[in-house]
Amino acid sequence: MIKSIEDGIVSLIKKAETELPSDVIRALEEAKKIEEGIALTQIETILENVDLAKNKKRPMCQDTGIQTFFVNVGIEYPHINKIKEYITNGVKKATKEIPIRPNTVDPFTGKNQGDNTGNHIPYITWNFSKGNDVFITSLPKGGGSENMSKLGMLKPGVGIEGVKDFIVDEVIKTGGQPCPPIVVGVGIGGGADLSLKLGKIALLRPVGSRNKDKNIADIELELISRINKGGKGPMGLGGKTTVLDVHIEKAHRHPASLPVGIVIQCWANRRADMVIHSDGSWEVK
Amino acid sequence: MQFNLKLPLSNDEVKKLHVGDIVYITGKIFTARDEAHKIMLESDMKDIPFNPKEMALFHCGPLMKKDKEIWHVVSAGPTTSSRMEIFEEDFLAKFDTKLIIGKGGMGGKTQNALNKNNAVYTSYTGGAGALAAERIFEVDNVYWLEELGMPEAIWIFNVKDFGPLVVSMDSHGKSIYK
Repeated sequence: MIKSIEDGIVSLIKKAETELPSDVIRALEEAKKIEEGIALTQIETILENVDLAKNKKRPMCQDTGIQTFFVNVGIEYPHINKIKEYITNGVKKATKEIPIRPNTVDPFTGKNQGDNTGNHIPYITWNFSKGNDVFITSLPKGGGSENMSKLGMLKPGVGIEGVKDFIVDEVIKTGGQPCPPIVVGVGIGGGADLSLKLGKIALLRPVGSRNKDKNIADIELELISRINKGGKGPMGLGGKTTVLDVHIEKAHRHPASLPVGIVIQCWANRRADMVIHSDGSWEVK
Repeated sequence: MQFNLKLPLSNDEVKKLHVGDIVYITGKIFTARDEAHKIMLESDMKDIPFNPKEMALFHCGPLMKKDKEIWHVVSAGPTTSSRMEIFEEDFLAKFDTKLIIGKGGMGGKTQNALNKNNAVYTSYTGGAGALAAERIFEVDNVYWLEELGMPEAIWIFNVKDFGPLVVSMDSHGKSIYK
């Protein structure tokens, strides 16, 4: 049974690495309609690449990312103590079988582990709920876009206007480096770590979806418009589409702190979902 | 303008390229990221096992697969070029490479070096790794694989009509990123 669930993890990673979610493709198709010249060639190349990756079952980008998972465990699931092992072994197997690029390097020795595992990696975020199923979301995170992440510990006095200006400036500054058109996840509030964590969680939302809070949703739309007016465009070569979307999540903050965590995701906003049932069967969606 | 060029490029061919041109190349390219730049700069010329002047420099850490002792490219798009800004001026001076392929653009020091050494920087669509792999028809060789690992090693590829590459920093001092 363990083997079969590990194969499920391989299949989950394969889906994320080779098939771009339909919401992201839709947003790229929209960008294609409004771009011209060099910007249009970039969007066309991206879409041709996405098609090819899906048809040939090969990773769309050579940077197959740091293997990152969000796990929601039903507390009645009978093998909770095995889930981490399933994921880790699945990642090792996926490295050889799909294959995905060995991307885990020891920060002191520079040695590549060779199998995409290592200290704290795969990076798993755990949540628990009622029920006996386990839900796993895969979010392989590329290095080029992650390098553009930013933490601002703003002074509360700057207010939400100051927060908005900070996000717009920082995102425009990244230019072509994170492979735009990008998806931006922003966490506002909490502490330093929580704001960045919320920024990453915000990337899990489908492109085109808005925050349920109307005020925050309006700010998301305003930020999309302001960043795109900056004109950096696809791959920073100029154009109308720098961001496909901006997603904001919030946490309550300390009165003295106003943390803003910006997490940047390249156009390859790769995500896939899986459910494992208590009898060991699984599906990848 | 659109150009289909064969490598190595002559000085005249480099001069003809301007910001905004689209280029497809055929010939040999070598991959080099941070570690490979460092190793090549620290090595004596006689210890470099290939001729960097005749090839294009590709900022790329490819995803490769070995099948029956033969290496195949699975996915091979560009990596962020700005990381190589600290090396590129010295690199161009030492190796006289005429064409760089990367993404995201580079800084003022590289722009000056392009001008001085008569070379161009071109941008390939970031993340389009599966498509790039289709245009690489042969893996010619690999160097420093043991020491550096798959992404950082130097891979030599034979490519055909590799592109579209956008000339984004030319030999005349112009940059699309400014």
